[in-house]
Amino acid sequence: MTSSTTQKSNGMWIIAALVVLLLILHQDNWFWTDDTLVFGFMPIGLFWHACISIGASLTWALATVIAWPLPDEVDENGDVSSTEEAAS
Amino acid sequence: MNHPGLPQLIIILIYLGLLLLLGLSSSRLFKGTKEDYQVASHSIGPFLLLMSLFGTTMTAFALVGSSGEAFKEGIGVYGMLASSSGIIHSLCFFLIGVKVWKFARRHKYTTQIEFFRDRLESDFIGLLLFPILVGLVVPYLLIGVISSGTVIQSLTAGLAPNLEMFQAYTPDGNPIIALNGGVPPWLGSLVICVVVLVYVFFGGMRGTTWANTLQTIVFMILGVVTFYVIATRLGGQDGLMANLNALAESVPEEKITRMEMSKTKFFTYLLIPLSVGMFPHLFQHWMTAKSANTFKVPVICHPIFIMIVWVPCVLVGIWATGDLIPAKPPLPSNPNTILPFLVKTQTGKVLGGLLAAGILAAIMSSLDSQFLCIGTIFTNDVLTHYKGKENVTDAQQVLYTRLFIIGIVAITYLLSLGNVKSVFAMGVWCFSGFSALFPIVFAALYWRGLSAAGAISGICAAIVSWSVLFYQALEQDALRTFVLKLPLGGEEYEIMPVVVMLASSLVTMIVVSLVTPKPSEKTLARFF
Repeated sequence: MTSSTTQKSNGMWIIAALVVLLLILHQDNWFWTDDTLVFGFMPIGLFWHACISIGASLTWALATVIAWPLPDEVDENGDVSSTEEAAS
Repeated sequence: MNHPGLPQLIIILIYLGLLLLLGLSSSRLFKGTKEDYQVASHSIGPFLLLMSLFGTTMTAFALVGSSGEAFKEGIGVYGMLASSSGIIHSLCFFLIGVKVWKFARRHKYTTQIEFFRDRLESDFIGLLLFPILVGLVVPYLLIGVISSGTVIQSLTAGLAPNLEMFQAYTPDGNPIIALNGGVPPWLGSLVICVVVLVYVFFGGMRGTTWANTLQTIVFMILGVVTFYVIATRLGGQDGLMANLNALAESVPEEKITRMEMSKTKFFTYLLIPLSVGMFPHLFQHWMTAKSANTFKVPVICHPIFIMIVWVPCVLVGIWATGDLIPAKPPLPSNPNTILPFLVKTQTGKVLGGLLAAGILAAIMSSLDSQFLCIGTIFTNDVLTHYKGKENVTDAQQVLYTRLFIIGIVAITYLLSLGNVKSVFAMGVWCFSGFSALFPIVFAALYWRGLSAAGAISGICAAIVSWSVLFYQALEQDALRTFVLKLPLGGEEYEIMPVVVMLASSLVTMIVVSLVTPKPSEKTLARFF
C-alpha cells in the first residue's frame, strides 16, 4: 500500500468521525427549550444550527483535501492516468 | 406605474424575457449532439456546477415554505430541513456524485437507469425504476407549476379587478382581497411552463445550467435584501441591530425554542435529505461536471449557501408571530403566503416585483432540470434502449428528447389545471420515496455483493412500504402530518415514515443479495 493510499484511508476515517460528530451535535437536545438570544436577536437553537452549517462546510472542505475519493490524476474519461497507475 | 400589480407584472415580464434571452444565447453554443444537449458535453466548471446543483435542490420552498413553516413551527424547521441538508446533501455529492461521475464518464452513462442496468446486468431493473422515478418526479413538478401560478396571482393582485378572468372568489362568492385582480393561476403557470420549455428546448443542459446560475444568484440576493427591508420596516428602530433586537424580543417563547417539536421526529427527519442521492435530475447534473475535482466547490459551499437562504427566511417567519406585526391588514391563514404578504404590506412595489422574480427563479431552477431529465430518461432508457442505439442517430435522439420534453411540459401543465391542491402534501412523500431508494445506489457503488435480485427486491420493498404508509396517511386524511408512533418504555415516540421505508429497502436488499447470484466477475471488475 502506498503512503498516499494510507493517508487517504486515514483521511476517510477522520471525515467519517467528523460527520458522525456533526450528526450528534445536530440533535441538540440541550438547547431544545433554551430561549437565549445570541447577539440579542438570534435564538440560540437557530444560531447553533447555523454553526452546524458552517461546521459542515469546513468538514467538507477538509474532506476535499485529505479524503477526496478520486486521485487528481483521474482524467476526463474517468480513468486514472498511466503514471498514477504505475505508481500504485 | 402606480397601478396596483403593474410594477410587479412588468418586473416579472422583464425577468422572464432575460431568461429567454439567456436560454437562446446558450443554444448558439449547441454542437448538435445528444451528449451536448443532455449533459453539455461534460463541460461545466465548479462555479456553474455549484449554482446549478444548489438551484436544482432549492425549490420555492426555500423562500416561501421556510418562512411559512417557521411561522407555524418556530426555529426548529431550520435544523429539521436546512442544517440536516447541509450535512447530507454534500455527503451525497461526495460519496455518490463523484463516484457515479467516474463510472458514467468511463462507460458513457447519462441516466441512473443506464448505470443500474450495466452494473447489475439486468434489463428488468430499468423497467422497474423507470415508472418509479417518473412517478416520484411528477408530483414534484406539479408543485412547481402550481406554485408559480399562485405566486404570480398573489403578487399582481389588484391589476385588473374588473376583468372577469382575473377575479378571485371564495367558494361562498366573496372576493379574495389578497388575490383579486391578479393574473389568474392558469395563465401564470402557462407562461412559466412556456418560458422554461423554450430555454430547455433550445438550450438543453447548457441553457438549463446557465439559467439555473442566474436564477440562483437572483433568489439568493433577493432573499437577503427582502430580509433587510422587512427588518427595517417592522422593527421601527434606528439601525439594523436595534431592529433585529426589537423583533426578536417580540417573538413568543414557543417560536424561538422547540418546546412544541418532537425530538424523535426531528431526529428521523435526517433521513429525508438522502433523497438527493437518488434524484434523477441531480444525477444528470452530476454528469455535466468537467472533472471529478469540479465537485469540490459544490461539496464545500452547499451548506453555507443553504444557510444564507434559510436563516433570513426563518427569522422573518418567526417575526410574523410577534407583536410588532401590524394588526391591519390581518395575517393570511395560509403560512406559505406569509413572506409574499409581508413583502406586499411592508415593502414597495418594486421589491414586491423583484421578490416575485426571486420566488419564480427558485421554482424554475428546479422545473427546468426535471423536465430535461424526464425527456432524457424517455429517450435513452426506453426509446433508444429498445430500438437499439445503432438504429437511432444522434440528431434523432436530440429530436426525441425535445419532443418528450414538450410532451412532459404539456402533461404537467394539464394536470396542474385539475383539482390537485393536495399535491403540496406530496412533497415530503416524494422525498421519502427517493430516500428509500438510497441504499440501492449506495450498495451499487460500494458493495460487490449486491445482486440484481437484491436491488430489485429492495426497490420493491421500498415501494410496497411507501404505498402502505401512504394509504394509511390517506385513510387518516393526514398526508402532511402523518407520523408513526413507536411505543417504548411506556411512552410514544414520533418517527417519520421514511425510517420504515428505508429500513425495509435496506434489509430486503441485503438479505436477498446474500442468497442470489452476483453479477459476473467481468462486470464487477469494471466497477471495483
